[in-house]
Amino acid sequence: MDFTFSEFIQQFWIARGPIASGLGVTLAIAASAIILGTVLGVGVGLALAYGARPIRWLARAYTDFLRGTPVLVLVLAGYYVPSAIGIGLSPLQAGVVALAVFCSSHVGEIVRGALQAIPKGQIDAAKAIGLTFGQTFTSVLMPLALRQVLPAWVNTAAEIVKASTLLSVIGVGDLLLASQEIIARNFMNLPFYFLAGFLYFSINYAIERFGRFVERKTTIPS
Amino acid sequence: MGYTLNFAAVWRSFMPLLEGLGLSLMLAVESIAIGMLIGLVVSFALTSKLGLLRRTAGLYVTVIRNTPILVLVLFTYFALPNVGVQLDEIPSFVATLAIYSGAYLAEVFRAGLLSVPVGLREAGQTIGLSKMQIRTSIILPLMFRNVLPALGNTVISLFKDTSLAAVIAVPELTFQARKINVESFRVIETWVVVSLIYVCTCAVLAAVFRRIERQLSIPR
Amino acid sequence: MSSNILEINNLHKRFGEVEVLKGVDCAMQQGDVVCIIGSSGSGKTTMLRCINMLEEFNDGAIRIDGQEIGYEMRAGTRQRKSEQEIARQRALTGMAFQQFNLFPHMTATENVTLGLIKVKKMGRDEAVAVAERWLDRVGLLARRDHYPGQLSGGQQQRVAIARAIAMEPKLMLFDEVTSALDPELVNEVLLVIKDLAREGMTMLLVTHEMRFAYEVSTRVIFMNQGRIAEEGNPREMFIKPQTERLAEFLKSSAFN
Repeated sequence: MDFTFSEFIQQFWIARGPIASGLGVTLAIAASAIILGTVLGVGVGLALAYGARPIRWLARAYTDFLRGTPVLVLVLAGYYVPSAIGIGLSPLQAGVVALAVFCSSHVGEIVRGALQAIPKGQIDAAKAIGLTFGQTFTSVLMPLALRQVLPAWVNTAAEIVKASTLLSVIGVGDLLLASQEIIARNFMNLPFYFLAGFLYFSINYAIERFGRFVERKTTIPS
Repeated sequence: MGYTLNFAAVWRSFMPLLEGLGLSLMLAVESIAIGMLIGLVVSFALTSKLGLLRRTAGLYVTVIRNTPILVLVLFTYFALPNVGVQLDEIPSFVATLAIYSGAYLAEVFRAGLLSVPVGLREAGQTIGLSKMQIRTSIILPLMFRNVLPALGNTVISLFKDTSLAAVIAVPELTFQARKINVESFRVIETWVVVSLIYVCTCAVLAAVFRRIERQLSIPR
Repeated sequence: MSSNILEINNLHKRFGEVEVLKGVDCAMQQGDVVCIIGSSGSGKTTMLRCINMLEEFNDGAIRIDGQEIGYEMRAGTRQRKSEQEIARQRALTGMAFQQFNLFPHMTATENVTLGLIKVKKMGRDEAVAVAERWLDRVGLLARRDHYPGQLSGGQQQRVAIARAIAMEPKLMLFDEVTSALDPELVNEVLLVIKDLAREGMTMLLVTHEMRFAYEVSTRVIFMNQGRIAEEGNPREMFIKPQTERLAEFLKSSAFN
């Protein structure tokens, strides 16, 4: 290595702006993709669990196709395809859409699994006291499914944060790209890649801890 | 819309795509093979009675699982040369994916180890088997059957991760796709075909694992 | 005729190719306690589940308190009633299940008040008061804030019964409610049911508890292969069975 630690600190201080803004962009990408993906994914999950056969088949094809494709391919496709068919999306928008679609396939599977794990007897009991399907869903199915969905959903959120790094490949100014630009100037590969890794690790570790906290809080007493 | 589908350009590039797929599979096989060895050793460390061993292994798993794989790939290829570890693209990627796989597989194997009933180990001891014999004849065969579903999912996931080698210019499938895309401008066709290739390969892998599961299942 | 709480005429039910109910007739008046006995596969649970439309039925008619259940004639053809209508009709009956089916994420009180608030449109305070009254009836007022996971099997089943009768149904349906219980817990549930019978609740029970059937029911129905094979007063039927199949069944169930 041909630089010292104090030189790194100096460079880090100079680069604190771009790092902070890169971090901000990363969090914004992840948050948008997670929110959009979750909303879409709940719909997909409902279709898979309760939909009529054609809708279920469509949702199944959607999920299977997306889960068999690498995220990088989705991001690249999301970057190149819209402009070819006349939709103008910025790299950031394209990337977020790609990640949201990816997220929805995972959330869809999670929601389907949770809904189908609820014993049929619960629905029978709800019917027996005269609840409609809508009432059954809000009072019984959703609360029970939510408890099972939450840990896996937190996991998916962490996956999206990690996948957000792929947007640097299509030129979006996230934390990784910011780090690469800094390295291009000062050639301090090791420290700054390490720093980027450390920051991503911290975010995901925090998400992991949050997930365990939520899991503890929502366990039913027994 | 002004875009007419023309799959001929993609069809012309069928050979490069096939070669790319071949390279992707090779990267996967090499990385996962090494990763399985790492994962097996680490899983024993994770379930060991020695606190230090357990915590070190736990640290390795936690760090890898919470770090984006792209950062790891770039780190190995660009940052390690700073400390004298200079690798070409393919060895660099295989090393990264192997270490990455090791952490995930360690978790899979750990769950498998925990699912083997404690009583079986004791039964082995009462027959007089050594610790290593118990491990190889009793624990590992049972553990392997139990982990097959999770193992299959993890292997398929790791195969998809080989696409990241494209970022450091390894000519695997995704890299070839990007090349065709840029050269021919046939964007929709390229990405649809490449996605389908990945989806079909994953489906084949899933079928293979299901077959293995069936072959190894204990009659009841 | 219309003073009957329950009327079943020529009930037919198929599962795919297999006909499980082959023309069942039944009538019950207010205060009747009817036990359905028979071996598994005889169609007893299916018949019960048709009454509150947990199962669809292919032919025949079911009337509760004069109302046609599940299907009606519209423009000359037999058509299924709307989901809304069927949900409303389900409130005419109450059901207790073999697996209890209590909502695990709700306390005992909340399990009971759910129907009162959502279906009977009661206010929260009124619903809680009603729920506590019924929980007290089944002896579980002290456990009203417990979750099902914190209760024993017998306690769960009693809460489940309270949940059903709090809705003040015209007819209570019991589907093998003691079959999943440990033997020492069966009695506490049977006591609650006997109590309800004494108070004049109209009840239809599918059960294996032969002694209970003998002691408590006004009538027993013996089902065999989708049909009612024998029906009558248990005190006579069990001592002098008219059909050979009932005699075999009684012998195999070790009834004294």
